[in-house]
Amino acid sequence: MNKEVLDQWIARSFERDRRATAKLISWVEDDIERAHIMRSVLKETGRKMVVGITGPPGAGKSSLVEALTKLYRARDERVGIVAVDPSSPYTGGAILGDRIRMQAHGTDRDVFIRSMGTRGHLGGVTRSTSDVLRILEGGGYGRLLLETVGVGQSELEIMQMADTVVVVLNPGTGDGIQAIKAGIMEVADVFVVNKADLPGAERMKNDIEMMLNLNGDTRPWRPPVVLTSVITETGVESLYEKIEAHQCYMLETGQRDERRKERLRQEVWRHWEDKMRAVYETVWEEAREERVILHQDDPYQLAQMLWEERFKGG
Amino acid sequence: MNKTRIRVLVGKPGLDGHDRGAKVIARMLRDAGMEVIYSGLHQTPEQIVEAAIQEDVDLIGVSVLSGAHMTIFPRIKELLKEQNAEDILLMGGGTIPEEDIVSLIEAGHAEALFTPGATSTEIVSWIKSKLESIKEDVV
Ligand code: B12
Ligand SMILES: Nc1nc2c(ncn2[C@@H]2O[C@H](COP(=O)(O)OP(=O)(O)OP(=O)(O)O)[C@@H](O)[C@H]2O)c(=O)[nH]1
Ligand SMILES: [Mg+2]
Repeated sequence: MNKEVLDQWIARSFERDRRATAKLISWVEDDIERAHIMRSVLKETGRKMVVGITGPPGAGKSSLVEALTKLYRARDERVGIVAVDPSSPYTGGAILGDRIRMQAHGTDRDVFIRSMGTRGHLGGVTRSTSDVLRILEGGGYGRLLLETVGVGQSELEIMQMADTVVVVLNPGTGDGIQAIKAGIMEVADVFVVNKADLPGAERMKNDIEMMLNLNGDTRPWRPPVVLTSVITETGVESLYEKIEAHQCYMLETGQRDERRKERLRQEVWRHWEDKMRAVYETVWEEAREERVILHQDDPYQLAQMLWEERFKGG
Repeated sequence: MNKTRIRVLVGKPGLDGHDRGAKVIARMLRDAGMEVIYSGLHQTPEQIVEAAIQEDVDLIGVSVLSGAHMTIFPRIKELLKEQNAEDILLMGGGTIPEEDIVSLIEAGHAEALFTPGATSTEIVSWIKSKLESIKEDVV
């Protein structure tokens, strides 16, 4: 694509043209002129905080995103939402269904909802996700919400994009234990027991509190546990306040910058990883031609040898 | 060469509760490797078009089994035009009589319409060949 034309699209996005914002997101996702687009976007963005919402399938993440959006809109803030769903590992296709629960803002032009598939490739999700959030910020959406299903490693990575991580669980399920297994307990800044209209919510809250005690959590920020019900519309204000409180905490203690530094470290590593992988592919091809004898070669030795030849022999 | 993934919005306009077809189509397109944004039941044409813009889809697919096709398709096309988003294609399906299909297509109110019994091969190959023919000259 012509750089001049591309720069016009970028300028239009900054002027809050929704079509342009949507196009930039697609190009970045498809790795078309990604570095160029992001150079312009990152110059203008990075000030707004990201609220990540994760939890098991069906916990009510999208419903809560919609409920929170309603509160932000009542305060006249513009909201950018990214909802990530898994892509099929077989076909690469995906059904992205989070919009179903976000209908209330379906024609509100101050709310931008973008659905993304994980598209499988290593690290790729994470990188596009943070880029997409920044494109939304550039497009004038100051409240950034990120929803993803909390079941695996890539979702944990996605959550590292967030300045505040909200983990949504349900009463009367094995959610607590599942959450520990999936490792999402550790990333939580705020816990939500959603569907508090169903029995067992208080108990679930107590279980989480107990777990936090057991962990001997010494961090100055102890994750609060909020009960919500989207059905009876209770607790969402309280969730809103806890998110605000956490964001203040992050800013005042400099934690936000710490987290961002760590994120930058990881992002740079991922770009490195791509470059390294490319180098490795050629090294491997060369080695394979001449030396690799299946069933005999020891991968430990082979790795060491190839590494030294490539990077030390110099 | 960058392979861009096909993105499709599948929605059900109006009060029509027949969502089986829409769900079948969503799964069919997912299995063909596309990203399907499923927006569910009871959508207004305005919601459908706004979602299509934000999601930057290549095409919109609506399923109509309520008999309201003669108003829904022209309305969506009109809204796309208002938003300068005419490059987003519109296809659909459901219980639509043959003569209505002819007149909707001729008037440019939809690019393709499919009726009960339409197969995955028919639908997927139509989408792929249609998009291949136009994607090249998209900036
Ligand atoms: C199952 C069914 C129901 C189920 C629906 C269950 C559900 N959740 O979907 C129930 C029992 C609930 C139901 C209720 C009603 N129904 Co009914 N129903 C049917 C029936 C028998 C089959 C529909 C179906 O699911 N087919 C299977 C799917 C896979 O096929 P499909 O949707 O046609 O999709 C295929 C193609 O059309 C195409 N396609 C469809 N959508 C799309 C979209 C895209 C993007 C693409 C590419 C292709 C595509 O591809 C698909 C695969 O081949 C039809 C009869 C018929 N012959 O279609 C009547 C029918 C649709 N129903 C009808 C009526 C009148 C009703 C009721 C009003 C009855 C009443 N008086 O209460 C209610 C209304 C409900 C409501 N809220 O809207 C009429 C509609 C008449 C009209 N168009 O004017 C029909 C045609 C029966 C008839 N001959 O009178 N119904
Ligand atoms: N009883 C009750 N049901 C709820 C509540 N919140 C959401 N639900 C229902 O739970 C189901 C899932 O809600 P979603 O908001 O789609 O959940 P999700 O976590 O986004 O789901 P995925 O994105 O599919 O993982 C829907 O049927 C909602 O209506 C609640 O507070 N109480
Ligand atoms: Mg959801």
